[in-house]
Amino acid sequence: MTTKKSIWPLIRLVPKQTHYGFVRFARMAASASVVLVILTFVAFATGGLRQNPIAEFNNAQGGFGQKIGAVFADAFNLGIDFKGGVSIEAIAPTAIDMGTVRAALHTMPGIRDPQVQGFDKPSQIMVRFLAENNRNEQAIQTVKTELAKVVPGVRFSPPDIVGSKVSDELYRNGIMALVAAMAMMLVYIWFRFELQMGVGSVVALLHDVVLTLGFLSVTRLEFSLTSIAAILTIIGYSMNDTVVVYDRLRENMRKWKSKPMDELIDLSTNETLSRTIITGMTTLLALFGLTVVGGTTIQSFTIAMIFGVFIGTYSSIYVAAPFSLLIPRSGKVQKLQTMHDDRP
Amino acid sequence: MLKLARWRYLTVIIVTLLGILWALPNALPPNIRAQYPGFLPNKTINLGLDLQGGSHLLFEVDKDAVYKQRLETVADDLTGALRGVRKAGELGARKTPIAFSGRGQSSDGSVVRVTITNLSDMPEALNRISKLGQPIDGASGVIANTDLLVRNVANNIEISLSPEAKLAMSRRAVTQSIEVIRRRIDETGTKEPSITRQGADRIVVQAPGESDPEKLKSLIGQTAKLTFQLLDDSVPVAEAMAGRIPPGSVLLPQPSQPNEPFVLVKRRAVVSGENLVDARPSFDQQTNQPVVSFRFDGAGSRAFGRVTTTNVGKRFAIILDDKIISAPNIQSPIIGGAGVITGGFTVESAAELSTLLRGGALPAPLTILEQRTVTAELGKDAVEAGATAGIIAMVSVMIFMFLAYGFTFGGFSILALCVNIVLIFAGMGAVGATLTLPGIAGLVLTLGMAVDANVLIYERMREEFAAGRSAALAIDAGFARAVVTIIDSHITSLLSALILFYFGSGPVRGFAWTLSLGILTSVFTAVLVSQVLIALWFRQTRAKVLPI
Repeated sequence: MTTKKSIWPLIRLVPKQTHYGFVRFARMAASASVVLVILTFVAFATGGLRQNPIAEFNNAQGGFGQKIGAVFADAFNLGIDFKGGVSIEAIAPTAIDMGTVRAALHTMPGIRDPQVQGFDKPSQIMVRFLAENNRNEQAIQTVKTELAKVVPGVRFSPPDIVGSKVSDELYRNGIMALVAAMAMMLVYIWFRFELQMGVGSVVALLHDVVLTLGFLSVTRLEFSLTSIAAILTIIGYSMNDTVVVYDRLRENMRKWKSKPMDELIDLSTNETLSRTIITGMTTLLALFGLTVVGGTTIQSFTIAMIFGVFIGTYSSIYVAAPFSLLIPRSGKVQKLQTMHDDRP
Repeated sequence: MLKLARWRYLTVIIVTLLGILWALPNALPPNIRAQYPGFLPNKTINLGLDLQGGSHLLFEVDKDAVYKQRLETVADDLTGALRGVRKAGELGARKTPIAFSGRGQSSDGSVVRVTITNLSDMPEALNRISKLGQPIDGASGVIANTDLLVRNVANNIEISLSPEAKLAMSRRAVTQSIEVIRRRIDETGTKEPSITRQGADRIVVQAPGESDPEKLKSLIGQTAKLTFQLLDDSVPVAEAMAGRIPPGSVLLPQPSQPNEPFVLVKRRAVVSGENLVDARPSFDQQTNQPVVSFRFDGAGSRAFGRVTTTNVGKRFAIILDDKIISAPNIQSPIIGGAGVITGGFTVESAAELSTLLRGGALPAPLTILEQRTVTAELGKDAVEAGATAGIIAMVSVMIFMFLAYGFTFGGFSILALCVNIVLIFAGMGAVGATLTLPGIAGLVLTLGMAVDANVLIYERMREEFAAGRSAALAIDAGFARAVVTIIDSHITSLLSALILFYFGSGPVRGFAWTLSLGILTSVFTAVLVSQVLIALWFRQTRAKVLPI
């Protein structure tokens, strides 16, 4: 056995005992987070840092509200799930020049807001557009005949169509799902831990959700139903991480009643650090496999998830725990739930 | 704790065996499964449309058309009621006519209005109108309401449908539509279509393996309301097109005849599609053109025979969904109750019309809200990509666990992970969940996240051992302390997966399924399975040092 001990483990990602001063950097981390959040909102207003919002505002028709709406209209590369319209896949014998297709689409009658994106292979593209007056069938016919002129030998898959009624509902449901998820997390943490911890974790979640949205905005990854699934999974993952840290914090608070809170946070974060990193690693390993071979359809999901694993880990160390420092404690530390006293 | 209670061993063994039993059908080729004994589980996981290819169509029943139709009937009956015409079989003396004017339907068809000339007739008028109402489906009791809301202001009466009536009518329309759609699709031989109601007025049609939604759409998208109506030749068509349409007649388009694009027909249908008992595609014996031959039921034959006998030499129109297919001359009385519809059909369109007519008419038009199609090849590619990704994830997680925790403890967690995957597949098969492309993503993600519980336990053991406890005590404490954390942290993941299940639809729901199942099974395997494995290992080795 003793010989084994010297061989295994082969890798040790984190030294046996760490004493990093996480809280010392909390102020810096908080500033970084605030900057990133502000950047996210800038990205929303500029179509992912690609447009001039002031020009958009001035060019837009209608009243102030509509102009503001126009500025934020391109915040995401919305798929047909949330925007409605038609999406159709075109396959050609040779590589398709997206510029040509884009130019051709912009001149077609009865078609609004066309978008072209690559798909799996260079000879494959995905075209999305809205049909004027909901005349989808007609618009699809136009696109098929006109594209056949510029892309020789092109074939089309059966189109996907989502009516505006359905896309509005999906959009509403998506938002409700996010809100409901965060509300439930708040209640759960409040119930199991303390209110300021619940608030801390929900602030961390908001932070994760907002930054993930910003990430989707800047990368122009298609924002679809699966993106909502990705965000909810990130919420689950980030919360999972936060709970592990909180759980240790609660234990240490009971163990070291006289220690100040910032030291306890440092101690707990250090004690759980190797777990945080190992779980993050295995999750990332699984996600990388999916991203590389999983195909375009789930790539937007996995890329968002990879971002979420990083941001979720960061937020549980730097947002959730330090944030609970900010809220004045009610002096009921000793009155924490005592359901784990049977531990050895 | 290292002397584990016997029930723990038993639970792990039984659950694992059951899991293998339930997961096994998924790994076997169909011909072996066919010979499976009947008492063994034989269900495989349903693949979603995005993995096996197929079409998903979401329709909405045009409720307003249903309401409008009902009020059109009311408007027609209103005239008779106010004039005092007796209905067939109604007893008693002829009622006195009530003078009225301005009978009509609002432009959206939701209100019928009439003006009673003398205010003194109002009570009697209201009384007669209220008798036009029909009981509402499903309503019962003494005060069972009729479907009409009658309001009167001064001399005017407004009739509309009550909200309960509307609800009952749209429900019935959806139910009837589902029946009609099922009949129509069954005729085409599409395999296992699923036709379900969604919400109050929507219908989802899912046809696995059908990658040509256009065929389905044209089959379902047509109301297929067939009527036989006499032509109105009292006014030349040109005059009617200028706006002088006689009351009781209507101008309808005839797309198949460019030299006679519009035809004036009488509103009243002689016979309608409901009287058909059969319709089949065939060929005209003289011209060899495709035609649709049909047969009426008894009542239809009698009515058609009577009308054609008295109108020899005149024309009648065959009308489908307010478009005239053809308007032939009546050369002789048609008494046998059989006939053919000609009208420039192709072989396919004749076959399609026959199918539609046999299936019956939809109670209201359907509009398409959503259409999604995945071709079978794309579905196959997705399954293969998912499988490859799964294997890559599995292997890399395994290697990582070996490296991080050594062969003994790393091996335990990998064994637990394998049991976990078996249990997920078994669980999905047992509850009839659908595996979708995002579901595969969820599965692969679960692989990565499932070891979390093991990691929590092992890290805790390391800590306890480093703090100076003996190996046995460290193992003990590692489990006992980590379990609380595992449960707390996994419940949050489970909560978000459940929300996804509640709000999500289609493929996303498949993701929620695999994720929540994965969370539940990973708690079981990481806590119970690895605990049993480690206890067995400890009993064998009596190790003094933890190999992690």
